[in-house]
Parts: sequence; structure tokens; C-alpha cells
Amino acid sequence: MTATGTPPRTEARPAPVLRGYRFELVKLLSQWRIRLLLLVCWLAPAAYVGVVSMQSMLPTDTVFGRWMHATGWAGSLVVLDFSCTWALPLLTALVAGDVFAAEDRLGTWRHLLMAVRSPRRIFVAKGLASLTVLLLLVAGLAGSGIAGGLAAVGHHQLAGLDGHLLTPGDAAGTVLLAWACVLAPTLAFAAVGLLGSVALGRSPMGLLTPALLAFALQLAQLLPLPVAVRLALPSHGFLAWRGLFTSPVQDGPIVIGLAVSLAWAVAATALAYRLFLRRDFTDLAYDGSGRRVLVAGALPLAGLTVLTFAVVTGTTSAEGSGIERPKVQDSLATAFAHLYRLQTRQLHRPDVTEAQLRATASCDKGGSRVADEGPGNDWRCVVSWHLPGATAAGSAVYQLDVTANGRFVADGDGPKEVNGYFQIRTPTGDAPNPLWQFDGHVDLLASAPEE
Amino acid sequence: MQRSPAVRGRGIRKTFGDVVALDGVDLEVPEGEVHGLVGPNGAGKTTLLGLLLGLAVADGGRLEILGTPVGRTLAVPGGVAGFVDGPGLYPSLTARQNLAALEALRGHDADGAGGSTDGVGDALEQVGLTDVADDRVRGFSLGMRQRLGLAAALLTAPRLLVLDEPANGLDPAGKRHVHRVITRLAAEGTAVVLSSHRMDDLAALCSEVTVLATGRVVFSGTVGKLAAESGELDYRLLTSDAAAARKVALDTPGLHVPLDRGGDERPDPGVLVVRGPVPVIEDLVVRLVQAGVAMRELAPVVAPLEAAFLALTENGRTP
Repeated sequence: MTATGTPPRTEARPAPVLRGYRFELVKLLSQWRIRLLLLVCWLAPAAYVGVVSMQSMLPTDTVFGRWMHATGWAGSLVVLDFSCTWALPLLTALVAGDVFAAEDRLGTWRHLLMAVRSPRRIFVAKGLASLTVLLLLVAGLAGSGIAGGLAAVGHHQLAGLDGHLLTPGDAAGTVLLAWACVLAPTLAFAAVGLLGSVALGRSPMGLLTPALLAFALQLAQLLPLPVAVRLALPSHGFLAWRGLFTSPVQDGPIVIGLAVSLAWAVAATALAYRLFLRRDFTDLAYDGSGRRVLVAGALPLAGLTVLTFAVVTGTTSAEGSGIERPKVQDSLATAFAHLYRLQTRQLHRPDVTEAQLRATASCDKGGSRVADEGPGNDWRCVVSWHLPGATAAGSAVYQLDVTANGRFVADGDGPKEVNGYFQIRTPTGDAPNPLWQFDGHVDLLASAPEE
Repeated sequence: MQRSPAVRGRGIRKTFGDVVALDGVDLEVPEGEVHGLVGPNGAGKTTLLGLLLGLAVADGGRLEILGTPVGRTLAVPGGVAGFVDGPGLYPSLTARQNLAALEALRGHDADGAGGSTDGVGDALEQVGLTDVADDRVRGFSLGMRQRLGLAAALLTAPRLLVLDEPANGLDPAGKRHVHRVITRLAAEGTAVVLSSHRMDDLAALCSEVTVLATGRVVFSGTVGKLAAESGELDYRLLTSDAAAARKVALDTPGLHVPLDRGGDERPDPGVLVVRGPVPVIEDLVVRLVQAGVAMRELAPVVAPLEAAFLALTENGRTP
């Protein structure tokens, strides 16, 4: 007799993405490295902002650093600026850059494939899980910095990068918006991390890909590149948020930064997805290959950079460095007028408006033999203003250090009563002089005003 | 009563570039059978196990698993579990967390499919890892990982269990746990296909064995039949009088004394190595007793299964 046996079984269904996502999240959160990162991101910014805000020396080389005594919102922006330079690329490397490579190191691909039964779903689950962890880390950096600043200094007005004062409520909203803006470049670097992790297998180079890219792009940002190239790089998104702190908002660079970052995020994720689905999981010693990385990763992304450069050039008026004398003068005069009002209030003098001051600036870069454009620390400007009822115009001298990304630091050279000394004597005692040194920001995309 | 096959493969062929990993392999494993897969390194065992788990798909031939034809990667039916090239475990998780995460991934916690209410605890108990259930896998020995890998496979209540070298690194207690689990599963109707280099494991567990060499089947049948393939074996003979024993051996018809060359090849001068079929060995024993030589030990130098394996695979290498 022949037994009928069990009837034919249906093919096992792939595990739902949600379950795969939970599985990946459990694995990520069980790693001591990720736990340590979470702890650091949720505690260190608060501690840093709290401690620094209590000290006399402030991190004035960082935008908003000089305002850390004045408002709790400045501390979070210092953390944001530092994060954009180092922390976020490093975090993307440690999370997204390792999420696939970890399975190679542990030799668990076959096990995972059998459990999930769908490489597509594995990719989606891993991508979502690493994104979740990254969001937790960024939320920690933001929340912790804000909490530390508010606890140490309080909920006060914040001076923007053109000197205008944001009410505490506006400051809160703008700070949160700034953090939201850097999510786009963070996504772009995370996608590059996924690509490196997929393309290079067990090789540590996969993990390092976002950090190396960030380092290379930072070096590029130091060069006097044309503004169209600068805006076409994914790292620009890490700087564009500064434009939120001027009035009006420098929305052109922000929109371009977001669009380029999202384009990189989509392209790098798609390339990683394509590579992942084509991978031979029976090869346990998979270490990727340089050719694969070049052909399937680096070249398409270089092509994307060329494309975004062409689009930026074609759709904007961007040309040269974007730093021209009229724009520098305009930015400096605007910031001076706003901060002059602040100084006036500190000194309990009769209030004046920016319109009444009619502040103007006259700048020169490096003397007569140097063209008055581009970044450099050899800008010298004279600001003039008028006070109601006074016949003579006031004037003050500034040395400007303008960086290629549009930020400048104005260093007052006198007169002492206006901008030549770091403190002013107010009726309630000595206070930091807002006109002595301040940060400003030139809109790289704006059309130069007529001189 | 004939049992229905859990695995039925006919003419399975698999190549990797120019390398032919499997060349027309036939394999049939009924439900409830423990089937051993042996062969030298590079014989194609892992490739064949990978096909059974759905990790790859054959380039040619026909493969049915649990009654379902398998035509593409990851398309094996439910009820197939196991591991190749070691169990996939996450060192940062505890043993319990590894299994719980897998069970949650498969949805067993939600729909209850595939096991008892405490599937994880049961699986850990079956492989003897209850005491270390809450220890991180990072600190586990190879044997403990093997057992945990088996526990992971048990979570799915498999109808076909595929294990690659499950006895690797196991201590005697661990081996007993693993053997007990495999034997019980087979008794409950699960087909088990396992590869091993350890012939004692195969002898203890398997009812049928397939021997692969260079991607081809060079033997398939029962363990007893495999042992019979060993041909003449070398036996190690320890007696009260080695010189007398050697003289008797040389006088025994049909018996060879391969190491009696007067050289230094014998490690122990008191030991005699002889070769011959079993009836001749029995005749030697009788002659020794008649000659008043006491026998202290008589055992094959190489176990019959191992000898058969060597004979078959050496032949397979030389067409």
C-alpha cells in the first residue's frame, strides 16, 4: 500500500515588512555601539550646552555661539552646526553604513533570507530600521541641546544672522525647522551609507563611505568653487538651514539644498537596492569589489552631481562665488542696523528704527589690486548710519572674514564706543557689545543690489 | 507501507561559472527518515543542502520538496528549516532573544502557528540550553551555537529539517541532546537531511546515506550497505605474544600482514596489523586460540564506514 502522505504544501510566504522592520530594529538596538550613540546623543548636547553657557568663553567660531549667554535657543544651534560638520555624517556611517555589512560579518545572510524569504523586504526593513535609529539620534541631538539651553539660559529672544531679533516663540519654531531641514542631507548620507554597506560587504570601507564622502565634500566646500557647484553638492544641505535665520529667509539655497539632498537619497537608495537584489548570497566571503563600487555607485552619483549642477546653473542666476561686494555691503549694513537697535535698547537710549538709521556699508577686499568678490578674511568695510536729529553720520569700521559658504564674521575696529570694545557700559552694568563682533550671512543666490 | 518522499530530486545539476557543483544528483528522502549526506570537501554537499533550503535554485533536473516542485530561489514550501555553513545567530542578543525575534519575524507569536504557547522555551529545553537562555550568544561556544541553531529550526515545527554539520563542536552532552532531538523528530515524521564528516554520527543517526564526490552520487543506500562497501579492512591486533601472533598470521590463508616489513612503520612493536575479509579474520582468531596466544584487542584500524567513505570517494576522484 502506498500512503497518500501529506498534501502538497504551498510556498511559504515572505515575512511582512513590518515584522522584518521590528526584527531589524531589535538587532540594531541590541548593539552596544548603537546604545552608546543613543545615550551620547540624548545626554551630551544638554551637558555641553549647559556647561558652556555658564562659562565666560563662548564658541564664537560657530554660528550662534556668541549668543549662548543670551538665549537657550543658541545652544541647540551650536549643536546643530557641529552636528552638520561631524556628528551627522559619522552617525549615518555607524548606523546605515553597517546595517548590511553586519550580516556579512556575522555570516547570517542565509539565515535571514530563509526567515524573511524576500530580499526586497529585507532591504526595505533594513532601510526603515536604520532610518528610525537615525531619527532617534537626531531627535536626541536636537531635543537635548534645546533642553540644555533652555534649562541653563532660558527662553529668550534670539538674534538672527542678519541681526534681527526673533521672539522666543519664533526662535523655537525656526530652530525646530532648522533641525528638520538637516534631515534631508542626513537621509542622503544615510543612503550613501546603505550603498557602501551593500556594495562593499564585510569590508570596513562600506562603513566609512558616508564619513569619507563628508570629509571629501568638506574639503571641497573650503575651496573657492563656483556657487552652482557648491549648491549641487549634497553637503550643502547641512549649511543651507542658516538661511532660515535671516529676514527675509534665504529660501533659494534652502530649497536647492533640500532638493539635491533628496535626489541623492533617492538615487543612492535605488542604486543600493539594485545592487542588493543582484547579489549572490551563496558567496560567504563577499567583500564587494572596487569595480562594482565604481560602476554601480560612484559613477551614477557623480553623474547626478553633474546633472544638479546643470539644473542649478540653468534655473538660477548663480554665477561665480556668489559673494560680491554689493551683497556683502547689504548684508553687513542690515545686520549692523538690527544690532544697533539692540545696543540702543541695552544702553537705554531712545529707540530708533532701521529705516531711520539708513545704515550703509562700503567694503573693499584686499585693496585696489584685488577684485571685490569672493571669500577671504581681507574684507574691510566702513558702516555709516544716521541718527534722527543728528546732522553728522556715524561711521564704524569692520574687518570681515567671509567664508565660501556665505557666512561672515564682522570684527569691529572702532570707534570704541560703538564697536571697538567687547563690552558696553549699561545702566545695569557691563554687558556684551552686540556690535563688537557678529555673524552674518550672504545669500549666495540673491541678485546683487545696485550700488 | 511506503512513506511519501519529503525530498525527491532527479538529475539535479548546479554550476557556479565553470565549476560544476552538482552533476545529475538523485536524492530521495522519505518522511520520518534521517538521511546522511557525506563527501569530501568540495563534493557539493553544501550546495545540495542550500537547494533544499531554497537558498539557490538548480540549473537542471527536478526537485520536489514536501510535494512541491521548487523552481526558483526562496520558493520552498513552509515546513522546511535548518541551516548551512553554521547557524545564523546575532551575538548581541541572548539565546532567548534570538529565538523570540525569529519567532516574531515568522509571526508565530501572533497566530500561534507552529508550536506550543512557549515555543522558545520548549526549543531551548530540547537542545539543553535552558540554563544559558538569557546569556548573550557572543559568549557561546561553537557547540552551543550549533544547538541554538537547531533550536531556531525547531521553532517552525519542521517537516523537513536540513542541517549542515550539526555535530560540529559538540561535547558529549550536547551531542546527546542533538541526537535525541533528531531521533524524536524523525519518529514524529520529520525528514532530516544532515551532512557530517563524523561517521559515528551517521552510524548513530542515519538510516540512509548518500555519498557525494565531485558533485556526483557515488553511493546511496543504507548505512549497513555502506559499511559493506568498505571491502577488506585493516585490523589492529594486540596479543600476549606478538611474535607468535605474527607467525600465526603469516600462516593463515588469505590474510595479509601489510605492516610486517621489518621496518619502523609499526608504532608499537606489540601490535600487529592484519588485513583480510571477516571470515579470514575469524579463522585467525581460532588459530591464535589454538596456538595459546591470548588476544587482548582486535579492532578495525579504520571504522568500516570511514573505510567505505574513503574507498568510494577516492574512486570518485579517479574516473
